[in-house]
Amino acid sequence: MKKSAVLILLALGSIIVLAGAPVIGMKRIALDTILHPSALDMDSSIFWKMRVPRVLTSFLAGSALAISGMAFQALFRNPLATPFTLGVSSGAAFGAALSILTGFTFTFFGISGMSIGSLAGALISILAVYGFTRMRKGFSTATMLLAGVAISFFFSSLILFLQYLSDFTQSFRIVRWLMGGIEAVGYDSILGVLPFILAGGAIVFALTHELNLFSAGEDIATSRGVEVGKMKTVLFFAVSLMIGGVVSVCGPIGFVGMMSPHISRILVGANHRYLAPATFLFGGLFLTLCDTLARIVIAPAEIPVGIVTALLGGPFFIWLLLSGSSEKSMLR
Amino acid sequence: MTHESITISNYSFSIGDKSILHDISLAVNGGEFLSIIGPNGAGKSTLIKCLIRINTGGKGEISLAGKPLESYRQKELACLLGYVPQSDGRSLPFSVEEFVMMGRYPYLSPFTPISHRDEQAVQDALDLTGTGHLADRVMNTLSGGERQNVLIAAALAQGTRILLLDEPTTFLDPKHVAAVHRILKRINLERGITIVMVTHDINAAALLSNRIAILKEGRVAFEGFPEEVMRNSVLSGIYDKSFLFVTHPVTGQQLIVHEEAGK
Repeated sequence: MKKSAVLILLALGSIIVLAGAPVIGMKRIALDTILHPSALDMDSSIFWKMRVPRVLTSFLAGSALAISGMAFQALFRNPLATPFTLGVSSGAAFGAALSILTGFTFTFFGISGMSIGSLAGALISILAVYGFTRMRKGFSTATMLLAGVAISFFFSSLILFLQYLSDFTQSFRIVRWLMGGIEAVGYDSILGVLPFILAGGAIVFALTHELNLFSAGEDIATSRGVEVGKMKTVLFFAVSLMIGGVVSVCGPIGFVGMMSPHISRILVGANHRYLAPATFLFGGLFLTLCDTLARIVIAPAEIPVGIVTALLGGPFFIWLLLSGSSEKSMLR
Repeated sequence: MTHESITISNYSFSIGDKSILHDISLAVNGGEFLSIIGPNGAGKSTLIKCLIRINTGGKGEISLAGKPLESYRQKELACLLGYVPQSDGRSLPFSVEEFVMMGRYPYLSPFTPISHRDEQAVQDALDLTGTGHLADRVMNTLSGGERQNVLIAAALAQGTRILLLDEPTTFLDPKHVAAVHRILKRINLERGITIVMVTHDINAAALLSNRIAILKEGRVAFEGFPEEVMRNSVLSGIYDKSFLFVTHPVTGQQLIVHEEAGK
């Protein structure tokens, strides 16, 4: 299939999912109620104040996670290198756990103290990874990944320590947060992080040529005219903005960031001019579908979306890897 | 001083405490084919990487077209110097055409479609290297020889007047070695592109180049025309081994052969 055709299909799919997902839910909502929103009507409120913001949040979060993963995979030339495998999620989780334990509960522009804690944690760990890349020239990708794993373990142990210190309720809240979930009510939380996601995303989209060259190797990139050090800094900054924003609202949702760019690469190839939009759409689509499933499978209860992404994505991803077509991917 | 010349004066480079290049002085003249040979670990590849600023922070001076190397922005440098890296065999998940187009980076800007001029440059580079029929293939599926030709095409698409090559024929079979040599000779003679090639193939250096520089332990040990280099008195000291020489049946040039042990 032609690359542009794939992009059009993904865009159409996104429109259908964005329009369809809010309609699906435990409570059936009449079309008339949707079209004539009223603040007094319960159904209308469920639709416009709960489901729509939630679907928008999940789409944006999925897109941002996916293109962050894409950028890191290109920067490190490794399909395992995503912000999450490099310890960002555990950094964020530690921040959130710390704010739960210390009862840090004020809100700031609609973002809770817990979100701010996780944002700070995500930024600290991403800066640590970045610091390693700058510290010594010629740091190999393998070393970087190992450093990321070490950071990840370090924060995970800190979280266990915090849980040990905390009481039963706090401990439960920490575990629940670690599962990742999209619980947007109203538009405040998404609007609060929208600038971060848009700014980071715009940077990534503006640097598609550079991402292509990074995935061909830093030596080739330099010789073609890329200011490698500067561009790396800019991309790290962009990814930090996006991940920090997403994690502060949704918690650590893994897998989307690793899987979406990989599948998109099989669909449209590795050229980031096509790969970036494809990954953006695929990530959004995937997380929205997962979250919709999470809402309805055992309704009225909800499954944390992080569980659904891994349960659904994992086997599919492995099937995909086994079924070949690796020549276009980074695995070789 | 011609437009495309490189002058290296008293240049030294070290990685950490380890000194790789000491006090190198070497000039590359516009239009020439210069080969850099020397034993393993002599610093040949390092020197090439210093020229394209993959390696930075050396002492001494390198000037390009009369201006210090540091005064160029990386994109400006990429318009003057093309670089063909040593093949590292790592995944390149791009189609040949996409990969060669990436050589046009210094001329591309974000969010704008690829121009006719860029497409023309890519097509020209593919034609010149005989890789046009591979355009839609994925880089990862190419043979070593095909991949090397495409790497050269990508550097040519950059449209530079100087081409730096790091061991372009190391892992190739004789047929593909010959193909790469033919391409290099052609772009040097027909297009007047200056070529600086690092190689282990002493005979290739003798046959192809106008001039040969020999590096040993980070210093320029010898520099001269091929007929000056292809002597036992020069080479045996550098490689700690003696060589036998034969005469090329067609061109009459001196070439080396190795003494077989036990004979």
